[in-house]
Amino acid sequence: MKAVIKEIKKKKILFLMLMPAFIHVFIFSYLPMAGAILAFKRFQYNLGIFKSPWAGFSNFRFFFISGDAFRVTVNTLMYNLIFITVNNFLEISFAIILSELSGRIFKKITQSVMFLPYFISWVIAGVIVYNFFNYEFGVFNGIRRALGLEPVDVYNSANWWRVLLVFFSAWKNVGYGTIIYLSAIMGIEQEMFDAAEIDGANLYQRIRHIMLPSLVPTMVMLLLLAVSNIFRGDFGLFYQLVGTNPLVYDATDIIDTYVFRSLMTSSDIGMAAAAGLYQSVMCFITILVVNKIVKSVHSDYALF
Amino acid sequence: MSRRKKTLDVISFNIIGYVMLTLFSVVCILPFWMIIVGSITSERYITAHGYSLIPVEFSTESFRYIMNDAKGILRAYGVTTLVTVVGTFFGVFINAMAAYVLHRKDFKFRNFFSFYFFFTTLFSGGLVPWYILCVKYLHFKDKLYALILPGLVSVWNMLIIKGFLGSIPDAVTESAYIDGANDFRIFIQIILPLSTPVIATISLFTALNYWNDWYNSMLFINNEKLYMLQFYLYKLIGSAQGLLIAADKAGVVIDRPPIQSTKMAMTLIVIGPIIFLYPFVQKYFVKGITIGAVKG
Repeated sequence: MKAVIKEIKKKKILFLMLMPAFIHVFIFSYLPMAGAILAFKRFQYNLGIFKSPWAGFSNFRFFFISGDAFRVTVNTLMYNLIFITVNNFLEISFAIILSELSGRIFKKITQSVMFLPYFISWVIAGVIVYNFFNYEFGVFNGIRRALGLEPVDVYNSANWWRVLLVFFSAWKNVGYGTIIYLSAIMGIEQEMFDAAEIDGANLYQRIRHIMLPSLVPTMVMLLLLAVSNIFRGDFGLFYQLVGTNPLVYDATDIIDTYVFRSLMTSSDIGMAAAAGLYQSVMCFITILVVNKIVKSVHSDYALF
Repeated sequence: MSRRKKTLDVISFNIIGYVMLTLFSVVCILPFWMIIVGSITSERYITAHGYSLIPVEFSTESFRYIMNDAKGILRAYGVTTLVTVVGTFFGVFINAMAAYVLHRKDFKFRNFFSFYFFFTTLFSGGLVPWYILCVKYLHFKDKLYALILPGLVSVWNMLIIKGFLGSIPDAVTESAYIDGANDFRIFIQIILPLSTPVIATISLFTALNYWNDWYNSMLFINNEKLYMLQFYLYKLIGSAQGLLIAADKAGVVIDRPPIQSTKMAMTLIVIGPIIFLYPFVQKYFVKGITIGAVKG
């Protein structure tokens, strides 16, 4: 202890410099962790988190028995798996194309345009969906009417949302990921390509045998991060595009929207906290498991 | 790339490549075009035929109508700008200071503190206790600091800055030590100027996050005077009535408000600054992503 105090005295200024971040993280990250005991309580606002009466596991029981837990978990997992697959496929494809095409100006323009949606908030993406798919005024139904077809009620159709959510996730995120993969490709030695070309490999063989293997570390890193968050949905995407529409919960309700809704609309704060804690614990377990697996296969790629 | 012979593989690859990139680019840019068209099309046309792909009946009624609530929009701009500037400045400064301390090899508790910060990326208490903490114990409801504080510290950014600091040789600061400068002075006068690239990109990302934030507004803000831009737009899109009230407040009587075109016009006003700045800042974002990716 004495040594610690001596060290603090010696490094007083460094400690002071660290304090703002330390305190902030303590308040906004560590206090809520302690507050997570709310999941085991029957919350009463006037009593606060720590004085509310205990409720054991009843919040969890309610959440799981209602069938909500299964539905939102499956949705969260399935959407994330599809997002990861589709987005990474597009990102790698576009990065390879951008690195091999010769049209300099064309590449500059397309790369800029693809990156633009990343800068737009989900609120605006929501307006875009409204503009296209609103039943009365949307472009989509406008075109259908002009062709003499029946208008489609996209907003209230679960299957449409399954497609649209995947589409807009790609729309917003692919430009960003493409840049990451592109920078990885730029890091590959040019000599390798030249050597392969001299050996008679055609363009597809060069991509298949040089580029793709070189992208593996980047891919593994991004997949690791994505898989670690597989229980965490993109709240903005689901909330701003779909809104709150009970008709399509089967297709659009994820853990994050469920927790948010339970917190805002129902008086069942305890259950909302239980659902949230369930999500955090699942996330935590996933990260540990994935990291362990990666470590045993190839320790360089592990997160920690 | 190097000299390419126009062999069959290159030709076919080019065809596929150009088609794919063009398609995706159109998909990315078309919505913005649609918003512009929607904002300058007459309400009469939209009500009859829906939004159109090409400008048909040109009209500026939506913008004229928005002018009735110019005060509200300007205020939202003001709040958003204030939150973005203050949040970015303090956020980046606090993150950079922490990153510097964690980077110092002679700081004995480096590992403990690094883990202290890192652990928060692995586990969180969830939204509900966090929200109750903010509302009940920190009194975030309808406060300006409720929009700034939550996003102030980012462990992820801290790690990126720390990674960059590793590339600065220790020798740079040694002479300053011998002259008796303290750690804070060294950080301000030597370290910060040397880490301009990473500080600039982190600042841009932080600023973008603040500018685009609607989540904290949705959780904590009921007072219209504290609306940020994105949230202002969200409220307006969500209610056809929101517009009418705004006009009413301004004492304007309008028999048929151009609701649909105004939604698009308002969106355009909200995206405006981003689109305008985008060409200038894009390359710094690209650089920032590359730094972050190498770090990861």
